[in-house]
Amino acid sequence: MVVKRSTERTEKEVEYTRLRIPFGPVHPALKEPVLLRISVRGEEIIDVDMTLGHVHRGIESLAEGRNLIQTLYLIERICGICSHSHTTCFIQALEEIGSIIPSERALYLRTLIFEMERIHSHLLLLGVMAYEIGFDTLFMFTWHVREKILDLFEKITGNRIHHAMNTIGGVRWDLTSQMAGEVKAYMREIEKSTKYIHSAFTDGTVEKRICNLGVLDYNDAIKLCVVGPTARGSGVNIDVRKDHPYAAYDELKGDFSVITRKDGDVYARTEVRIFEVFESINIIKAILDRLPNGSIRPEENVFRIMKRIPEGEAVSLVEAPRGELLYFVKTDGKGGLIRLKVRTPTFSNLLSLKRMLVGCEIADIPVIVASIDPCLSCTNRVTIINQEKGKSKVIDMDSLRRMVRRKWMRR
Amino acid sequence: MRALRVGKMLRDTLRSLFRRPVTVEYMTKPGSMVPLPERFRGKLTYDKSACIGCLLCIRVCPGGVITSTEERKASFNISRCIFCGQCVEICPKGAIKMSSQFEVVTYDKNGLLIK
Repeated sequence: MVVKRSTERTEKEVEYTRLRIPFGPVHPALKEPVLLRISVRGEEIIDVDMTLGHVHRGIESLAEGRNLIQTLYLIERICGICSHSHTTCFIQALEEIGSIIPSERALYLRTLIFEMERIHSHLLLLGVMAYEIGFDTLFMFTWHVREKILDLFEKITGNRIHHAMNTIGGVRWDLTSQMAGEVKAYMREIEKSTKYIHSAFTDGTVEKRICNLGVLDYNDAIKLCVVGPTARGSGVNIDVRKDHPYAAYDELKGDFSVITRKDGDVYARTEVRIFEVFESINIIKAILDRLPNGSIRPEENVFRIMKRIPEGEAVSLVEAPRGELLYFVKTDGKGGLIRLKVRTPTFSNLLSLKRMLVGCEIADIPVIVASIDPCLSCTNRVTIINQEKGKSKVIDMDSLRRMVRRKWMRR
Repeated sequence: MRALRVGKMLRDTLRSLFRRPVTVEYMTKPGSMVPLPERFRGKLTYDKSACIGCLLCIRVCPGGVITSTEERKASFNISRCIFCGQCVEICPKGAIKMSSQFEVVTYDKNGLLIK
């Protein structure tokens, strides 16, 4: 009798257990705070729900109350990893409105910093990928390689993360011949290191862990409008640098190719990034060989240039390390802004997470989420589902603390 | 299945046991710091006598660091500074400069005011 009852119970548990796990919005390993509410049956993920807006800082609204040069340094703070992409995109829109044409050298220098930023962002993600699959040695190695590129940034622009390289009509710092030599020498070194990283990623154990995981096929990638390496990993051949060349990419078109992979799994997305590092190295070598002479910025005071920018609006596109970045800028003609709209690549890529996650296991969540290069998390939240009534409630940090306190008082 | 190449990375791991660490310990010995480059943007310095009171720096500052004083000179609140260096660039007389000092931690908030 007793034995029979216990078997009944286990059967019921297996059939109806459906847990909801909150994943996010703050996590030390991942950067973009997103709350994923994941429903699981056993180990298998059956549904994903997403909540955005945990780090809404109101930057667009802040920008509308400032003048253009103040906004330039404000929007650099939108992202630490791709700060140069944001300023370039903004500056391009302004230059289009004011019909200011920067010098050739300035455009080449912009592109140089752009590609160095892509290398450092991709190396960062490769390190995070290695960390998520539990390959800490490779993580340390990759970030060691990345550290030197940050030092180069510090030498060229004066800061490791927020370079503040762009200004209206040019760039703020010139590249001396000594620095060019250092960059060139380092590119040789980084090529060697990235080959080593690639050989570590083609290791049998790594392949077993991330192959056929989080698959996003070509049609889904098109339907969900994913961008950047996530789209290229699914075989979609899009790259703003080739499709709508900006800065100096028009002249550097022949020096790089768009990397695509057909598989659409985590491994494909990782491999796309590894090979993009090589392409970036090629571009940097071409830039250093063909860097034109001339001035890097207009002689005029920033205020004069700001006053020259009339009322108008423009849309600007760049290929940030994570994908296509879009800016809409509307100026008021008095050196200020009426409207600023930013669409970041991660926002386009996040929705594809649902397609990737469903059918996978809980242990795969960090790997898949890291593979689109956003930034996620885990907090002290618990969801309790009352199965009989079908109700659920989320206990947040405060109520959890209250519960702990109450228990302590009772004692 | 492909051959396991873990051994390669393992060799690197073992080798690093006998290597000097890549990181530099912070200020344990004098002169043990990572050298700062020439263009490094650190704490602001202000030459009051060179200032002509055009107050252009106030209009470009993104952080709201700079306020004007009664005698039409600038006063800086470094705790709001984002070290972009735009005020240095706009100053027509070169009265504002960026030093290589990056430690701006203090017990006293007034220590971060430059007048």
